[in-house]
Amino acid sequence: MRASHLARFVFFQVVVRPLVLVVLGLNVRHRERLPRRGPAILAANHNSHLDTLVLMTLFPWRTLARVRPVAAADYFLSGRFRAWFSRRVIGIIPLDRSGRTERAHLFDEVSAALAARQIVIVFPEGSRGEPERLDRFRAGLFHLARANPEAELVPVFLHGLGKALPKGEALLVPFFCDVFVGKPIAAGEDRDDFLSRYQAAMAGLAAEGDFPPWE
Amino acid sequence: MQAVLSGILGLLIVATVTISVLRRHWPRRDVTELAARVRSWWIMAAVFTVALVLNRAVSLVFFAFVSFLAFKEFLSVVPTRRADRRVLFWAYLAIPVQYLWIGYEWYGMFIVWIPVYAFLLLPLRMVLVGETRGFLRAAGVLHWGLMTTVFSISHVAFLLVLPGDGSGAALVLYLVVLTQLNDVAQYVWGRLFGKRRVVPSVSPNKTVAGFVGGVLSTLALAWVLGAVLTPLSPAHRLAAGLIIGVGGFVGDVVISAMKRDLEIKDSGSSIPGHGGVLDRLDSLTYTAPLFFHFVRYFYF
Repeated sequence: MRASHLARFVFFQVVVRPLVLVVLGLNVRHRERLPRRGPAILAANHNSHLDTLVLMTLFPWRTLARVRPVAAADYFLSGRFRAWFSRRVIGIIPLDRSGRTERAHLFDEVSAALAARQIVIVFPEGSRGEPERLDRFRAGLFHLARANPEAELVPVFLHGLGKALPKGEALLVPFFCDVFVGKPIAAGEDRDDFLSRYQAAMAGLAAEGDFPPWE
Repeated sequence: MQAVLSGILGLLIVATVTISVLRRHWPRRDVTELAARVRSWWIMAAVFTVALVLNRAVSLVFFAFVSFLAFKEFLSVVPTRRADRRVLFWAYLAIPVQYLWIGYEWYGMFIVWIPVYAFLLLPLRMVLVGETRGFLRAAGVLHWGLMTTVFSISHVAFLLVLPGDGSGAALVLYLVVLTQLNDVAQYVWGRLFGKRRVVPSVSPNKTVAGFVGGVLSTLALAWVLGAVLTPLSPAHRLAAGLIIGVGGFVGDVVISAMKRDLEIKDSGSSIPGHGGVLDRLDSLTYTAPLFFHFVRYFYF
């Protein structure tokens, strides 16, 4: 067993699962809609570093090795330890946000993962942004989905994690968090049509919950 | 105590058998909700029994964890202010401290820690944050949450150490069994004979027949179980039954009123068939402190 594999096991089973299930606590709706196997794309809103960890705990340990979050290369690959941890322990697929990579090759590594029947997690809002507020979704999701038509694209709405650990805060405050899984969406041919269908699916999921005000 | 625990086991077996008979003979009737509720009762009874009989440290950690779950659920359904994140963190820290006083059997500190110190210090922490918009509401909501989910519930745990000779577990069992069976009895009497509503604007399911039938059942059970589990005199056992029967009803409708105000049906979804932790503990938030101070005044 490789050291990174052991680190991954300990990190997820000993740290992340107790943290997410006991300290926070999840309310998952429509769990049966989660893809059992790849290729699949989970597209969620992004409020907190916890988002990725929460989405990964939705999968059993045996599937977890095949779940790959797409994350910003400029942040997650800076520094030797963080780069090792992100790549080997979490298993991220780095995405170049600097604009130096040609657009046509931006998602090469993601497409390769999907070709290897993995489950990819993406945050089409781009960054965590204002906590607990839905930002504009970026067109990258459409290009990714169209380039990989065999992958099932599943929208996931997350609530509460931005309250527990918002951007720029290091102190975690426990709250129950909601995870609402949507029905798969087809890429289609038209970018704006796809984005508005995705937006509508996310708004529909958000409307399923009664969320108290947080101002 | 063994006899009462066996009795609970018997009740659960009867409930499970009844459901499978219903399933076999009336397959068209939907008992999914009822089955989920009974399954959750099995788990809750098992965890509670283990936590109660193992040893005192385990029991205290268990009750502290129950308070934590209830308080977290409360904070997740009420409106909170973004500015108060750190204040809420301090409020969470009040929980282990409250149960630590119980571990030390320090009654004086246990009884003032939340109503006095947390009450005075958390608003100070809020002042240091500096956000005044919604201040009074936020401070009031936070304190109400701590009082119900931590202060009230921790009385169950103090009951455990109150006699000082190890007989506290039986008192806890007495209180919890009576409170939960009172809930069930009020529900069953209400379903069978209920017509006139007690508080229609708060909880349409609460009827006079349910309330009266429930209280009478609890009185009878309090009298019988009290002889086995408590040092209470026959008259005091009836008084305890009255306190738990009426108190349980009030706790239930008070939490219902809170949920009405927040426009939610359940406080959470962690217990299948029951709703959230607070939905299960609602009556205990009243019966625990009321029963505790009753026995403490007359016996300990």
